[in-house]
Amino acid sequence: MTALRHRLAERGVDRQLLLLVPGLLCVLTLFVYPFAYGVGLSFQPTHGGVLGAYKDFFTDAYQRDTIGTTLQLSLPAAFLNVAASVPIAYRMRGRFRGKRLLTTLLVVPITLGTVLTAEGLLNFLGPTGWLNRTLMSAGIIDAPVRLTNNYWGVFFSLVITGFPFAFLLILSYLSGIDPTLERAAATLGAGWWPRFHRITLPLLAPGLATTFCLTFVLAFSVFPSAILVGDPAGTTRVISIAAYHAAYESYDYPLASAIAVVMGVVELAVVAAVLGVRSLFYTGSTGGKG
Amino acid sequence: MTAIAVPAQETRRRFRIAASPGAWLVWGSVTFFFLMLAGIIGSVVVSSFGRRWFDTWLPESWTTQWYGQAWHEFTLLDVLIVTVEVSLLVVGISVLVGVPASYVLARRTFPGRRVVYLLFLLPILMPPITYGIPLATVLYKYGLAGHMAGVVLANLVPSIPFVILTMTPFIEQVDPAIERAARMCGARTWQVFLRILAPLLVPGILAASILVLVRTVGMFELTFLTAGPESQTLVVALYYTMSAAGIRAQQSVDAMAVIYTSMMLVLLVIALRFVNPTQLVARVKEEPQ
Repeated sequence: MTALRHRLAERGVDRQLLLLVPGLLCVLTLFVYPFAYGVGLSFQPTHGGVLGAYKDFFTDAYQRDTIGTTLQLSLPAAFLNVAASVPIAYRMRGRFRGKRLLTTLLVVPITLGTVLTAEGLLNFLGPTGWLNRTLMSAGIIDAPVRLTNNYWGVFFSLVITGFPFAFLLILSYLSGIDPTLERAAATLGAGWWPRFHRITLPLLAPGLATTFCLTFVLAFSVFPSAILVGDPAGTTRVISIAAYHAAYESYDYPLASAIAVVMGVVELAVVAAVLGVRSLFYTGSTGGKG
Repeated sequence: MTAIAVPAQETRRRFRIAASPGAWLVWGSVTFFFLMLAGIIGSVVVSSFGRRWFDTWLPESWTTQWYGQAWHEFTLLDVLIVTVEVSLLVVGISVLVGVPASYVLARRTFPGRRVVYLLFLLPILMPPITYGIPLATVLYKYGLAGHMAGVVLANLVPSIPFVILTMTPFIEQVDPAIERAARMCGARTWQVFLRILAPLLVPGILAASILVLVRTVGMFELTFLTAGPESQTLVVALYYTMSAAGIRAQQSVDAMAVIYTSMMLVLLVIALRFVNPTQLVARVKEEPQ
């Protein structure tokens, strides 16, 4: 008994690991077990055999198209958020006056959450909102532009909540890159573009991939804003709405679980694809954190 | 360091003038973003104070009646009490469970460490709806959903991993020699925890608690899926009043939204006293290679 304990301790197993038990127990009972239960449930539909629920989902165009709708919303939104963050963060790394104020202001939309953003977008971008009013009095447009209760409303809400998130992440990755590397390139005569494209960008690539994944996850799980500022029966019927309807309106739990599984698989596939592309580029130390 | 920093600033200033079209574009888009943001928040605030606001720039007259109405109609006091109770319970439990686990993950290597780490990372990486629906189904099966217990349990799923990830860098900062010294003086594990680590980790624990608090108050999906009529938090109540629009006056929904925003802003101001804004989001990068 003692010998066994000694041998385990040599490999790093001892009683201190018991501290992990409460946390593991919570994750196992509240995350792994329900998820496994859901997967099991998705294979026990009321009709159509083992794969009936999946067959229902993939043969019904109204359901199947939700995957495309969600990706059409979340991929461009995540891409725009990351692409806009890079030049802005590149210019704002380093110290300048008011940086803390700026980053603080950028945290505001993250904490507003989707529901409040939706309410604000309805007021602000609506037909009689301030934006349409300004554009009309400036003579740019004649009739109000329709920006809410369609694709664009949801897209804007994803940008409002997602952009600050992407920006702060990229800013922290950029400030982790050792500035002497770029300075060395500058001494060797590299101009602004070669320095960015040959030095900073490759070092930033892992951070970009992570940021894209996290922003994508955020946008992919869009739910309240798709209902409130979107067109939940048509152009913005995203997959989470389909899952919610199956579970709480038609009480078809196998179908709801199947949709949740499909949703998880699609999301993980995109994340895996992004990380796969990233592994083709430079991997290694970035000369700093990150 | 200062000797290098001065020329660096000089080059940047010169560089900024040279590349001014780019600078204009960058600052222009940032200004545009903030204008949009101000418009979004401003229009909700203005609307909540307006008596009637239809086809004009500003409401015709001003009033605070919508706040009183929102307070009574939506039984906001009860909703606020539920919100505070749920958030505090989630914060308390996730800190108690998360900090010890985070300590082991930060300090120790053991077989299966990467699997455990991945297990804690997954709930943050998955969209809440994907695990929320099966979780709600399970909680309903055991009769826990529809009450506060279900809401708290559901919110623990992302909160515990979040505490673990936020605490890891704080724990790594504590010198292990201090713990060894305490052990040499005869302290047991729980004594090391309570009398050595806990006081040193207070800043980290505060940061993690406030971040979890902000997330729980703002968490919509999980609370929405598991809450019953008596256990709604403020966001969920706000969602229900918004989606049942037409029954309520738009302005009283706006008033409720303003109450929610001010609550979030107070939390945010407190949070920013303890944490750097980049820390709010940059948390997954401490992933072991």
